[in-house]
Amino acid sequence: MSATSAPLLLDVRDLEVRYALGRGRLTAVAGVSFQLPQGESLGVVGESGSGKSSIARALLRLVPARGSALFLERDLLELRGRALRATRERLQIVFQDPHGALDPRMCVADIVAEPLREFRPAAAAHRREQVQRMLARVGLGAELLGRYPHQLSGGQAQRVGIARALVLHPRLLICDEPMAALDVSIKAQIANLLREMRDALGLSLLLIAHDLPTVRYLCDRILVLYAGQVMELAGRETLFRSPLHPYTRALLAATPLPVPGRTAFAGALPDPDSLPGADAPGCRFRQRCPLALPRCGAETPRLRAVGATLVACHRADEPGMDETHPAP
Amino acid sequence: MTESRPPLLQVRGLTVSVAGPAGRLRVLDGLELDLEEHECLGVVGESGSGKTQLLLALLGLSAPGARVEGSVRYRGEELLGAAPARLAALRGRRLAMVFQEPMRALNPYLNIATQLTEGARAHLGLGRREAEARAAELLATVQIDAPVRRLRQYPHELSGGMRQRVMLAMALMCDPEVLLLDEPTTALDVAVQAQVLDLLRAVRERTGVATLFVTHDLAVLAAIAGRVAVMYAGRMVEHAPAVELYGAPRHPYTQGLLRSLPRLDQPLDAPLAAIPGQPPDLADLPAGCAFAPRCPSRHAACAVPPAWRALSATRQVACHLDGAP
Repeated sequence: MSATSAPLLLDVRDLEVRYALGRGRLTAVAGVSFQLPQGESLGVVGESGSGKSSIARALLRLVPARGSALFLERDLLELRGRALRATRERLQIVFQDPHGALDPRMCVADIVAEPLREFRPAAAAHRREQVQRMLARVGLGAELLGRYPHQLSGGQAQRVGIARALVLHPRLLICDEPMAALDVSIKAQIANLLREMRDALGLSLLLIAHDLPTVRYLCDRILVLYAGQVMELAGRETLFRSPLHPYTRALLAATPLPVPGRTAFAGALPDPDSLPGADAPGCRFRQRCPLALPRCGAETPRLRAVGATLVACHRADEPGMDETHPAP
Repeated sequence: MTESRPPLLQVRGLTVSVAGPAGRLRVLDGLELDLEEHECLGVVGESGSGKTQLLLALLGLSAPGARVEGSVRYRGEELLGAAPARLAALRGRRLAMVFQEPMRALNPYLNIATQLTEGARAHLGLGRREAEARAAELLATVQIDAPVRRLRQYPHELSGGMRQRVMLAMALMCDPEVLLLDEPTTALDVAVQAQVLDLLRAVRERTGVATLFVTHDLAVLAAIAGRVAVMYAGRMVEHAPAVELYGAPRHPYTQGLLRSLPRLDQPLDAPLAAIPGQPPDLADLPAGCAFAPRCPSRHAACAVPPAWRALSATRQVACHLDGAP
C-alpha cells in the first residue's frame, strides 16, 4: 500500500510546544505537521534540543501543546477524561532509560499486568497467561516474572518496557530513543525486537532518535527536525539516496562508519551557539548552513514538495542539489 | 651502544580487582598493551569491559581498596607503586586525561581561566598572565571563538561541544606526551562529535601527542585509531591494526559487534545480526572463555580460558578459533 492511499493513523498539524523559561518562553516545537498512514513507521531524527522528545510528549499529553493531532480520527490534543484514557489503550510509549521507566517496587509480572488491570479489569482470569505470553514474545522467560527492576539488565528492562507497552495491542508505539541507553551488543537485539513486533502486530512506530542509522533501520519514512521545525520529510529510500536539505546532508556526512580511514565530515555544521528566535523571519538553520543566501535570513522557507520529498529550503530545487551530498 | 627505546607506555599483566559483596571482582584481568610515540590506539568495549578501569589504573587513580597488579611503564619507568608525588608530577604534565562528561569534569564554581591554567601553573610554574595567554591560545586551537572572553565564562555558559573542547584544551595545556580519552564524544550530537574528531586529528597532527582513545563505538574509532584493542569482561580479546580489525575481525565478539551496527552503507533491508545474551556479570564469570555463552562458534575447547596469542607480529587474539591449536 502506498503512503498516500492507506488510511491515516495519525495526522499532526501545526503542532507547537512552548515552555516557560524564566521570564521568556522557549518554543521547542514550532509548527510541525506530518501524517502517519496505518501500519507505517516514522522516524523523527534531530540533535538534542531539536524538539523531538517534545513531539512525543505532546502526543501523549504530557506537555501542553497547540495545533491538532488526529489519532484514529480523534484529536489527541483536545481529548479529556474518559476519552483521553481510552486512547491510551491504543497509543503506548517506550522510554529511553529502561530502568527509570519501571516502578522499582513492582515485580515484572505486575509491571506487565498493570495496563491489563487498568483497561481490562474484568478479564482477571487470563491476565497471568497474557502476561507470560507477552513476555515470551519479547524474548523473556517465565523465570523473570518475580524479579524486580534492579535485578534486570538494561536489555531485559527494556524488553519489559516493550512488553508493558504492547500487552494492550496498541496501534501506535511511540519510542523515545529506545536503544540510546543500552550497551552496543544489546542495541541490535532491541532494534530487531521492535522490527519483529512491528511486522507481527501490524504496529506503527513513531521512533524518536538522534542518529540516522537507527531510523533507517526501523522506519519507512523519516522526518528531519531542526530547532523545532521540519527540515525534510521523505521515504527512507528517497532520503538516503537524494537528501535535499543541507542539514540532512550535513547529518549524513557527519555519521561515522566503521570503515578505517573514512573520516566523518564536520565542516558544514558549526556549533549551534545561538539560534534565531522562533518568531524571527528566516530559516532557523541559516547560521550553520554552508549554502545560506541573504534570502534565507529574510524569508522563512516553507515546507514544500520537491519530487517525492517535503523540504524546507529555498535552494532545494536548484539543479544538482540532490547530487552534491558527500555520500557515505 | 644502540638500545631500542622502550615504548612510551608499556602495560604488562595489568590486573585490577576490587572488593565485591561475594569476594574480589577482577575488573581488569592480565591486560597487555604498548603505546608508541605519536600513535593513536583505540580501545573498544561495552560497560563493564574494563576500558575506563584501564585508564584509571594507568594514572594511578584506581578506587581506594582496589588491588592493582602487573606493570605499567612510562618510558621504562614503573608507575605501579610509584610515589604519589611522582605520579602527581606526571599526571596532567606527561599523561593527560579527557573525561566523558565535561559538565561533571568541570567545576561549575570556577571560571574557564582558573580551570584551564591550574595545571600549567602547578607543573610549569607559569605566572597567571602567562598561563592565561597560553590558555587563550589553546582555546583558539580547539576552535573556540573569542577565547579571551570565554576565559571569563563559567561551564554552564558553554554548549556541550564547547565544554568538551575546553576539556581537550585543558589536557593540552602542559604539552603532554600521552592523551588519555575516555569516551570523549559519547555525550555529543553526531555533528559535534564529527567536529571533535576533526579537531583531535588536527591536534594530533600538530603536536604528535600519543593517544589512547577509549570508547564503546567502533564507528567513531575507525575515524581516528591506527590500532584497535577490543575488551570484554575485563580482558583483551583482540588487537590488530584498524584496517585488519575492521576488514577481517578474528574474535567472534569483534565480528558480532561489527555485524550488529546499523550502518548507512548497508542495503536498506539487511537485518542486523545481534549478539545474543548479555554482557556477563563479573561476579559470575564462566570458567572458560567469558564470551563463550554468547558465542556462535563455541566448542568444547572454550571451557578452558583461551590464551592471549599472536596471529602475526601486529595481531593478537584470545580465542581458540574453532579449535585450532
